[in-house]
Amino acid sequence: MARQVFRGGVHPPEHKEATSASAIQWAPVPAQLVLPMSQHLGAPCVPTVAVGDRVARGQVIGSVDAMVSAPIHSPVAGTVTGISDTLTTGGARVAAVTIEPDAEQDLEGYLKVTADDERGRIRAAGIVGLGGATFPSVVKLTPPKDMHIEVVILNGCECEPFLTCDHRLMVEQPERVVAGARHIGRIVGAKRVVIAVESNKPDAVEALRAEAGDDVEVQVLPTRYPQGAEKQLIYALLGAEVPHGKLPAATGALVHNVATAAAIADALEHGKPLTERIVTVTGEVARPGNYRVVLGTLVSDLLEVAGGFSGPVERVIAGGPMTGQALASLDVPVTKGTSGIVALAPGVAAPAIVGDQPCIRCGRCTVGCPMGLEPYAIANYANRRMWESAAARRPIDCIECGVCSYVCPTRRPLLQLIKLAKAAALAKGVS
Amino acid sequence: MDDAIESRVVGPSPHIAAPTTCTHIMLWVVAALAPSALWAVVTMGWVAAQLLLICIGVALATEYVWNAIARRPQTLTDGSALVTGLLLAMSLPPRTPWWVAAAAALVAIGLAKQLFGGLGHNLFNPALVGRAFVAVSWAGVFAAAPSRGWFQTLPEVTAEGFDAISGATRLAVAAADRAASGAYGFDLAAQYQPLLWRNLEGSLGEISAALLIAGGLLLIVRGIIDWRIPAGYIGTMALVSWAFGADALFHILAGGVMLGAFFMATDYVSSPMSKTGRFAYGVGCGLFNAVGRFVGAMPESTTFAILFMNGLAPLIDRMTRPRTFGWVKRDA
Repeated sequence: MARQVFRGGVHPPEHKEATSASAIQWAPVPAQLVLPMSQHLGAPCVPTVAVGDRVARGQVIGSVDAMVSAPIHSPVAGTVTGISDTLTTGGARVAAVTIEPDAEQDLEGYLKVTADDERGRIRAAGIVGLGGATFPSVVKLTPPKDMHIEVVILNGCECEPFLTCDHRLMVEQPERVVAGARHIGRIVGAKRVVIAVESNKPDAVEALRAEAGDDVEVQVLPTRYPQGAEKQLIYALLGAEVPHGKLPAATGALVHNVATAAAIADALEHGKPLTERIVTVTGEVARPGNYRVVLGTLVSDLLEVAGGFSGPVERVIAGGPMTGQALASLDVPVTKGTSGIVALAPGVAAPAIVGDQPCIRCGRCTVGCPMGLEPYAIANYANRRMWESAAARRPIDCIECGVCSYVCPTRRPLLQLIKLAKAAALAKGVS
Repeated sequence: MDDAIESRVVGPSPHIAAPTTCTHIMLWVVAALAPSALWAVVTMGWVAAQLLLICIGVALATEYVWNAIARRPQTLTDGSALVTGLLLAMSLPPRTPWWVAAAAALVAIGLAKQLFGGLGHNLFNPALVGRAFVAVSWAGVFAAAPSRGWFQTLPEVTAEGFDAISGATRLAVAAADRAASGAYGFDLAAQYQPLLWRNLEGSLGEISAALLIAGGLLLIVRGIIDWRIPAGYIGTMALVSWAFGADALFHILAGGVMLGAFFMATDYVSSPMSKTGRFAYGVGCGLFNAVGRFVGAMPESTTFAILFMNGLAPLIDRMTRPRTFGWVKRDA
């Protein structure tokens, strides 16, 4: 087995100490839930309930007949009070079902999903990639016929600063993670099952190893962002690069997040649909912690649970600070991909980008890019709207990890410019 | 809570940034050079202080006035003009007349930097362009007739004017000796100590190789400069000196090699950006510096070696593009 160190990357201050020892706790069910019909990559769901309907916990409230999609379930027993548009953490406006939960909730019980086979149950449970990508899990578990999965990798790196939701899951419920790993390995017929954890979580490694037995490997990887990026993770463990334009399965590897694996275990063993997730609420909040949050809880309600802001806040981030989204409104719901709510104080948050800053050619972006790109060059072309020249420098290979923008001493919006170049390249049919 | 919401900022990811800004980088360079500059002032006295003040002052003033006339935002706080002024002063002999130093600073900032578009757009190292300009225009400032009266004190200004103000450096003497007889007329090994610690010849920056090395190592440890450039530079310089049968240690300690390798060649804007490219560039600097010394007519060829490699940097960048992850071959 070829253990490698991926090229580039950075090690930002981790800021995990505020929540890395905080046990997962339920966030109280709020007075209202807003459930967007698109909490995943792929076709949005269509509401299957009407205003005034009574819904049970675990009941399907939105679905669509499409290969790449995931149904939405009601996380509570309650009443549908509205079907209208909502703003999402990503800033999009999508259809949503609003539910008023009953005063009494039994969060231990739920309507079980039923299906003939395992993949069907995972699909029916609405499971998507919980690391933030939100790609429907069942699609990844159904690789193209000509590709065989040799190794299943569970991603427990959690390389984003501030976030500890996966960490606490691995420490507190390693049996769910390991069970999920075994299920996924069996479903795709893999020879090896590996759980990868960064070296800054020794307690998680210990907990997982105690559960793992001989059939599941627990590998410790260096703490370096973006260790948890799919391509960098596969490279680190297998020494194989996912070829440009190919699926990761081309290397014989299939990567799932540890929380996704736990959700898959719940679906297969208990018929449990995905109705809540662990969210790290941290930064400038009074009670930072890892909260088990029913989907549809508004960020503003969740922040109240965490005691509100404890000081001046410049940006509130959904997800981690390297790849997450800055929230324009706090009245947006927690969805399947919301791994954290991070309130960044002035000084911790990146300063707002001012004007057109020069590139001083220091090379930090080039040295830091884990994909071997030259971010400054793509950004320079994008700045001049020279889209063809930009496309030739392969912005399509950018994984949008944000290392280039993070390290830039003149604070150029490199990633933003690369995204523009990427969009332009894709629009011109570059592949 | 409402007040906090009022001040919220929305922007693209990433939402955190590394603490190192352009200004920090420039101030680290200043800090790394400060011991050498202070030691020069202590040992050489007022002439050294005067040179530093003139170069830095004119550099800053040129930057300010240019921005004002061009109606561009002021850029003094990025620290780059300060670094250029300091580097320029360190590259000049202490008794450089004030107006020559001022002309060098004016050319460095006005011609080499701002005319090209300001910070980040200059093809050549501004301080070296300034130095080259005055070295060519007033050659006597740098190269006086060889003499042996150089060692103990600073050469005095003579009646002939500034063409003879600078005593010949050990390098010039060594070059003259080599040309005349193919052998050195003095013991090079005896020069290591003064070159390392207290050398009153040549430019301000040649006062102490040891202090320059310490400053350079500080910048490497702090991640400000890439070790590949000075390593390639000094390594090649030593190797070529050895190949020419010369004393390698003497040749890397004497003249502008240390200042050039650690502080001039490592200028971000005018050097390559990939790791391989930086090493190749360092090797090129060392090679041309050595060739200038042993083959050419210039005992002190650091300036032109680095400027030449500055010109090649874009080509080196093109030839050493990193291989994209997931692609078999790099760009053609």
